[in-house]
Amino acid sequence: MTLAEKILSAHAGRESVKVGEFVNVKVDMVMASDLTAHIAADQFERMGAKRPFDPQKVVFVMDHFFPNKDVAAAEQIKRLREFSKKHGLLFVEAVDGGIEHVYLPEKGLVLPGDVVVGADSHTCTYGALGAFATGMGSTDIAVAMVTGEIWMKVPPTIKFNYQGKLPPWVTGKDLILYTIGRITVDGALYAAMEFTGEAIEELSMDSRFTMANMAIEAGAKTGIFAVDEKTRTYVAGRSTRPYKVYTTDSEADYASIIEYDVSKLEPQVAVPHSPDNVRSISEVSDIKVDQVVIGSCTNGRLEDFEYAARVLRGKRVHPDIRCIVIPGSQEVYLAALQAGFIEVFARAGAIVGPPTCGPCVGGHMGILAAGERCASTTNRNFIGRMGSPRSEIYLVNPAVAAASAITGRLTDPREVVDR
Amino acid sequence: MIRGKVHKFGKNIDTDAIIAAKYANITDPLELGKHCMENIDPDFGKRVEKGDIIVATTNFGCGSSREIAPVTIKGAGVAAVVAKSFARIFFRNAINTGLPLLECAEVVDTSDPGDTLEIDLSTGTVRNVTKNLVFSAVPYPEFVTELITAGGLVESVMKKMSRGDKSSGP
Repeated sequence: MTLAEKILSAHAGRESVKVGEFVNVKVDMVMASDLTAHIAADQFERMGAKRPFDPQKVVFVMDHFFPNKDVAAAEQIKRLREFSKKHGLLFVEAVDGGIEHVYLPEKGLVLPGDVVVGADSHTCTYGALGAFATGMGSTDIAVAMVTGEIWMKVPPTIKFNYQGKLPPWVTGKDLILYTIGRITVDGALYAAMEFTGEAIEELSMDSRFTMANMAIEAGAKTGIFAVDEKTRTYVAGRSTRPYKVYTTDSEADYASIIEYDVSKLEPQVAVPHSPDNVRSISEVSDIKVDQVVIGSCTNGRLEDFEYAARVLRGKRVHPDIRCIVIPGSQEVYLAALQAGFIEVFARAGAIVGPPTCGPCVGGHMGILAAGERCASTTNRNFIGRMGSPRSEIYLVNPAVAAASAITGRLTDPREVVDR
Repeated sequence: MIRGKVHKFGKNIDTDAIIAAKYANITDPLELGKHCMENIDPDFGKRVEKGDIIVATTNFGCGSSREIAPVTIKGAGVAAVVAKSFARIFFRNAINTGLPLLECAEVVDTSDPGDTLEIDLSTGTVRNVTKNLVFSAVPYPEFVTELITAGGLVESVMKKMSRGDKSSGP
């Protein structure tokens, strides 16, 4: 069995499972956001449930329209605050909060070998930890909250093997954009994407979170990485809960194996209006932008800010650009502050905001007018995603975003960084 | 029996197209329905009549996990979606919210906007009345059919809970 099959099998109480089987899987963590928890809470109440299966395994994270975007959001969040308190759920809001897919791993709430379901499509992010994590709708999440289980169809696993050493300025974001560009937005439909190879072994945890995060943009059920020393080190300070490490059998059956040589890769850009419309940065360098966003569950972690700070240090944001920097969590914000990154951003003229999904989902904190373009480290660029249906989003890595903020157009970081 | 006019869409119709995230706090399906497909087809909400059918190509419903996507489509009055393939979270959400989905490439390839289709959900038969063609959609897996027969996942779970059966699935 592959890694994904083994985790599902263990959580379904089975010796083994076959691709395509419907199984009932026990969950280790159930999550919803301020955009999806209210429907889950409604369904929970409709089922007449008195308590969740385990309150310590249910978390509601206020991040999409948070800090309260408007009265409707405020009332929604107030209701969820009260519901969570009543049922003893984990409730993440203002104090030491963050974007769900940054927060859960950094607080040790997801561990290798776990099954995690969340009412958010980017729940697949936790696959970076060697967990099986997947997004679902609010009703599925409500059922998981009540019963501690949810049905799943066992996905086939596609193995992605990245060979070669990544050039400077090329990150996990570029690897996943490149991949989605090659296989398209339904190239991994219903599958588990298993990320392997020498380039993957070299990737930091932050870059792995970025890659797993965007597996959904290829239509995948999840993205998953093997557990190695980096994973163990990451997890070590964050949780004392015992965890199980599963590994793919050498004779496991993959649906397909896809190999890429990434040694000559440039930073990648997904141009409007699809995450699979991918180009190399050199092909799009004369496109002017109006806004830059550096943040989100995709690239709102410390390594992302390190890249952005390296580019922006001693430089200024172009006078026509709004450069919005959004730390993925309070913990990231503090670490970035201590590392001096926040000062770099502020001195450059960038705006540093509170942890939130904000502009990524077109909620608040940086919406686009008709005819405007944004270079963004987020994960989707469908029509109207960040505001006006006549605006455009270019998905990039944090270094490209920062470089673009300086020049006012899509820019390779090598163009602006002093040797 | 469903009977309505075809509204044709292409590939990768994503959830932000189906209903923009800014409407995520609206709960009334009829209100949501007014904004269905607003960003890619601003007149859709006004054009669609109760019982009409959306026909699309591949990967319908990709993107977000927001359950209001199928709810919005139903709220707009659409009775079913026929496509070559569906995104997986959208598929689950459609089952859970009672929006019938049919996978049938032949219907997609032979239907034009404005054609009248008749769909028999119990047999999965799709008839193009305008062109006098009949096709069979790919049947739901048995487990999924059971969920739908029970009235949805929540109803299925509630029935099991009242029987003292704690599991939620197969």
